[in-house]
Amino acid sequence: MPSASGDPLGSDGPSKPPPRANSILDLVGNTPLLDVTAIADKLSPKVRLYAKLEGFNPGGSVKDRAALWMMRRGIESGELTQGKTVLDSTSGNTGIALAMIGAAIGHKVALVLPDNVSKERKTIIKAFGAEIVYSSGLEGSDGAILKCRDMLERDADRYFKPDQYFNPNNPQAHFESTGPEIWHATGGSVTHFVAGIGTGGTVMGTGRYLKQQSPSVQVIAAEPEDALHGLEGLKHMASSIVPGIYHEEELDGKVPVPTEDAYDLCYRMGEELGVVVGQSSGAALYASLRVARELDEGVVVMIFPDFGDRYLSTNLWHGWVDWAKSRAAKLPPPRPGRRP
Amino acid sequence: MPVQVRIPTPLRKFTRNSEEVSAEGTTVGVVVDDLERQFAGIKEKVCDDQGQIRRFVNIYVNGDDIRFLNNLDTSLNDGDELSIVPAIAGG
Repeated sequence: MPSASGDPLGSDGPSKPPPRANSILDLVGNTPLLDVTAIADKLSPKVRLYAKLEGFNPGGSVKDRAALWMMRRGIESGELTQGKTVLDSTSGNTGIALAMIGAAIGHKVALVLPDNVSKERKTIIKAFGAEIVYSSGLEGSDGAILKCRDMLERDADRYFKPDQYFNPNNPQAHFESTGPEIWHATGGSVTHFVAGIGTGGTVMGTGRYLKQQSPSVQVIAAEPEDALHGLEGLKHMASSIVPGIYHEEELDGKVPVPTEDAYDLCYRMGEELGVVVGQSSGAALYASLRVARELDEGVVVMIFPDFGDRYLSTNLWHGWVDWAKSRAAKLPPPRPGRRP
Repeated sequence: MPVQVRIPTPLRKFTRNSEEVSAEGTTVGVVVDDLERQFAGIKEKVCDDQGQIRRFVNIYVNGDDIRFLNNLDTSLNDGDELSIVPAIAGG
């Protein structure tokens, strides 16, 4: 288990000295598990909830893992040679990861993004020197997929396409890194694993590793409840181009997540636990709470794909104002002497 | 007063797969009601139980977010273009 000092201010310091890195890419992975059980009510005292904070990756999201594995294997296989431009479609975080890795190893990167991705994402990608090609926001991520295919067909020799929706190295990254990290951090006590579905890479690869260690581990996906949703980064499979790496039959269950409930949990995470996360983390937490409330005992581990600061200009935080007002209207005055 | 409304992929099941439809109204709210009259079921996807635009749905008038205009009371002129734009999905 991660250290639980019992002190609300945390333990004395980090359990190991910070690593010295030769490349930013050496810092991908090894993200911490945070005990978030305190956010839940009506839980059995024998149930613990942990969130893996993927925002601690250097590119700021879980996508660093898949992007790094796909680029490394591309170089090893000879598909990604010097002079080729890395091209893929993305809703944002994969683009940031590919742009960061491209900058670190000296490859040009071009990304097809729906034009309504957040300003923060566009700016970060540009800061890494990558080129952005926009597709229509009305068509969502599937529009970006189709536009990217079209660009590749017209000039195949110019590009290396990691193809995150179909590349087996995407789930493999999680089989080799996320899964073992969770197994190790929980001392093998994890009973349930919950993650949102974007490409399906995280839930597939991590789930496979954990089931290999212990076949009784339950693997559950969080999915937007409806085709029209606001859970940026997640896919409603029934109405989308289904990624080739996604195999629903390997899941033990799916939890449909209403956007507004996921947003509310993001707001609560900030105010109650001091962790501001993105909407896909709110979705994972919603699904995990649904799972955890049915348990007498267990260790539920969920993925928090990124932090919330890259969504400050989006609907997630526009909505906070309404949430805060409605909550203020319902809450009793603050209790005196409440501990900080 | 006719305006053009651009429909996102997840809502095209209501508009018989049309990407763009015509609707009548002097404000965004009236246009949304007209869309519901033409394409039953679409309003509940866009608006909540109180009739307000859902937090995760963006409506733009000629490229401007109505959240920063006058919300559902934003007035419209002949030939304006409305776009209903959801968040980004998937990877």
